[in-house]
Amino acid sequence: MELFRVENVCMAFGKKDVLKNINLGIRRGEIFAIIGPSGAGKTTLLRILNLFEKPLCGNLIFNGLDAGKTGGLRRRMSMLFQTPVVFNASVFDNVAYGLKVRGFDKRAIEKKVSEALNTVGLPGMGKEKARMLSGGETQRMAFARAIVYDPEILLLDEPTSNLDPANVAKIEEIIKRIRDERGTTILIATHNIPQVRRIADRVGVLLNGELIEVNSIEGIFTEPEDERSAAFIRGEMIY
Amino acid sequence: MSGADFLFQGIIRAFELIFSLNPYIISITGVSIKVSGTATLLATLTAIPLAYALAFLHFRGRQALIALVNTGMGLPPVFVGLFIFIMLVPAGPFGFANKIFTPQAMILAQYILVTPIITGISLAAIKAVPKPIIETVYTLGGSWKEAIIMTFCEARFGIITAILAGLGRALAEVGAILIVGGNIAYTGSVGGIGEGESYTRTLTTAITSETSKGDISTSIALGIILISLNLSINLLANFFQRRS
Repeated sequence: MELFRVENVCMAFGKKDVLKNINLGIRRGEIFAIIGPSGAGKTTLLRILNLFEKPLCGNLIFNGLDAGKTGGLRRRMSMLFQTPVVFNASVFDNVAYGLKVRGFDKRAIEKKVSEALNTVGLPGMGKEKARMLSGGETQRMAFARAIVYDPEILLLDEPTSNLDPANVAKIEEIIKRIRDERGTTILIATHNIPQVRRIADRVGVLLNGELIEVNSIEGIFTEPEDERSAAFIRGEMIY
Repeated sequence: MSGADFLFQGIIRAFELIFSLNPYIISITGVSIKVSGTATLLATLTAIPLAYALAFLHFRGRQALIALVNTGMGLPPVFVGLFIFIMLVPAGPFGFANKIFTPQAMILAQYILVTPIITGISLAAIKAVPKPIIETVYTLGGSWKEAIIMTFCEARFGIITAILAGLGRALAEVGAILIVGGNIAYTGSVGGIGEGESYTRTLTTAITSETSKGDISTSIALGIILISLNLSINLLANFFQRRS
């Protein structure tokens, strides 16, 4: 069952077409990877899905609702940036932020923050100053902050690009755990092909603003439908 | 008496006046703090919303207003004093208000001088908050109100520094308040020095008049208080700058 449907979406910055006629359906509870080289339009697509940018054309249908005409949908989503942003506050206050703006009471906030910190492997670190955390811990804290209010979809923009292999493994494990334990739909933009193979259920290949292929994880690695996808998977320069 | 002895005697006498809580000195200090404090408070109430508007809203004339604020940060105090004097003298457009040579006129002068300073420094602090912080607030479900609150939290030390810089400027200012306040003390003498209690006499204007009268020890006492106040403000500002 589809949670998010993208219909004929296009976007341009100035005279440059960034996204061209994108059609895509994200299924509930899946991990969907959008892969493509830098500048392919992955981040722009994520920002459109998070309703940060308004597309020049096309429609976004979230859970049957037209995102262009329905208010408050962003509160049902969450997005993580490539470089996590930390508020100048404690880990607890950072993670609790999304709950506070939603009006949760103090007891519920404490319980949910504690659960989220456990999920990302930062138990008991609520009192630490968030800006004193290491890079990997900061990204995990950002994950806790993004999932603490149980968003229906989590949009991840290259969440491991600045991390060392040990932290990459931890983040990948967290992504899978969030989907398995919470049933969260996850859309991840990345150009890390091995990572896609490890965590994704399906994959879409974005090239020069065009979604050239959507395939299962087995399909994209064994029988890619588009020669350009195959070349990208093989690590050949096609752009 | 040598120059050094003269200075030394002056300093000793100045500390005597300060520690004996001389009523003349206390009244002048009180007027200084009241006038500069009120002007800074009013300027803060204007400057911070203005800084937010300049940082977040895109309206016609925004760039011109930013240029005006930047120009205002270096506004010559005597020019401001002259302008307000012309406005408030009985023959001026607002002469009917009968406010020339009053603490209110001094507050107005300092308000005009300090508002651009607090606005300019606050604007720089607000604009220094990384855009992804605001985007993260929206991502986590926050509204524009929460984005503004978060920006304030992130820029708070810079904004406090701006307020302290404004207060320091107000306390040290002499040209404008001398013109519009008139450096008035009540008749008579309190505490055996100077004149009666201060009406519009501040630490800076009193230093000019006491020095011209040759009362160096009183001038030094007033100077020590002024420097102490400004030093305290600067230490606080430095503390907040380091925090930010």
